[in-house]
Amino acid sequence: MIDIEKEAARIAEQGESAPRLARDPVNLPMINNWLEAIGDEHPGYTEVAPPAMVQVWTMAGLHGQRTLDDPLGAMMTILDEAGYTSVVATNSDQTYHRYLKVGEHLSVTTSLEDVTGPKRTGLGEGWFVTTRSTWWVGDEAVAEMRFRVLKFKPARKPDPKPETPKPQAIRPSVNRDTEYFWEGTRLGELRIQRCGGCGLLRHPPGPMCPECGAIKPKYLVSEGYGVVYSYVVHHHPQVPGKQTPFVIALVELDEGVRMLGELDGEPSVGLPVEVVFTKVDDELTMPSWRPRADR
Amino acid sequence: MRIGDSLPEWHVEATPTFVISTALATRDFQDVHHDRDLAVQRGSKDIFINILTTTGLVQRYVTDWAGPEALVRQVNIKLGAPCFAYDTLKFFGQIVEREQQDLTIEVVGRTAHGDHVTGTVKIEVPA
Repeated sequence: MIDIEKEAARIAEQGESAPRLARDPVNLPMINNWLEAIGDEHPGYTEVAPPAMVQVWTMAGLHGQRTLDDPLGAMMTILDEAGYTSVVATNSDQTYHRYLKVGEHLSVTTSLEDVTGPKRTGLGEGWFVTTRSTWWVGDEAVAEMRFRVLKFKPARKPDPKPETPKPQAIRPSVNRDTEYFWEGTRLGELRIQRCGGCGLLRHPPGPMCPECGAIKPKYLVSEGYGVVYSYVVHHHPQVPGKQTPFVIALVELDEGVRMLGELDGEPSVGLPVEVVFTKVDDELTMPSWRPRADR
Repeated sequence: MRIGDSLPEWHVEATPTFVISTALATRDFQDVHHDRDLAVQRGSKDIFINILTTTGLVQRYVTDWAGPEALVRQVNIKLGAPCFAYDTLKFFGQIVEREQQDLTIEVVGRTAHGDHVTGTVKIEVPA
């Protein structure tokens, strides 16, 4: 177990790092690259550098190695070892004592000011590490910066949800008695069973007429209009292929029989409705109800 | 230039080219500022602007308004939400202090995700 606070105190006690010299003196090509990228058209940066560039001059560069006495580097290593592997800058307070002239060669010294943690943050648990840097031209301090980073353990992301197959709608059981009905919905017809003997309309379908006992059912194509006779709003349990809540209405058709189906709309008893056909796949088309458009 | 005066709103389109060219111009070669694959691996949505660029933008916002004669003495910034590639960064500012020729300007830079930067800039303007 690493005692982060103890290590921080040890590094802070070492005080300022030795001056580290910038790769290049303050120079116009780097100034112009910076102005071009930032889009700054300030005309004054021909002999002096933009103040906000101060840190640029002493950046470690593409293959930069931290010096051994660099307190920020040392603290980062300790926090890496303690599992705080990610870093994000949070504060930069820069004070410019004067503008830097082209040709001046900067060096920088850094000390560790403060290490605070562990803190819970939006990014994960982490430590705030604050350093203070001074830029020098010779022995003249020209700029200073208090710089704070958050060194953190990235918050564990929830495991991506396994791809759940899209739930299938509950399929009706189609048999010899009900086949004609589902054949009808596929064609956009709402069929009502009619006795081949006495002509009685009946729904749901069955093999035998309850009135005359004939077993030669035929059908009639409904106009598809009716009114809500009764309904339920279904909240629980979940139903495959459905978002709860949904409405199941018992609709009394103009032809006289009652038929169950989902109602897409605000339900009320007596509400005039019309049939809608929704194709689920090549085999199945479901009838449902919606308030009549013409009322 | 009086206390309470507002700076004109300024918008920066943080295109990937902008994010990368500013990172390189500030000599910041951290992968999260130029390599989207690695940025995403590290839990980021995309590459994002580095702090040296934010400091530069805050300075530019103030000097674009104050004019080239203004001298920049201090830029203090606090970062919030990252400014990702394809974000629009909107700057707002107001003079909060004035002592003779020394002005303190409060600056906020905002994206759709929230405040990217809040800070203050101290400048000295010609008499």
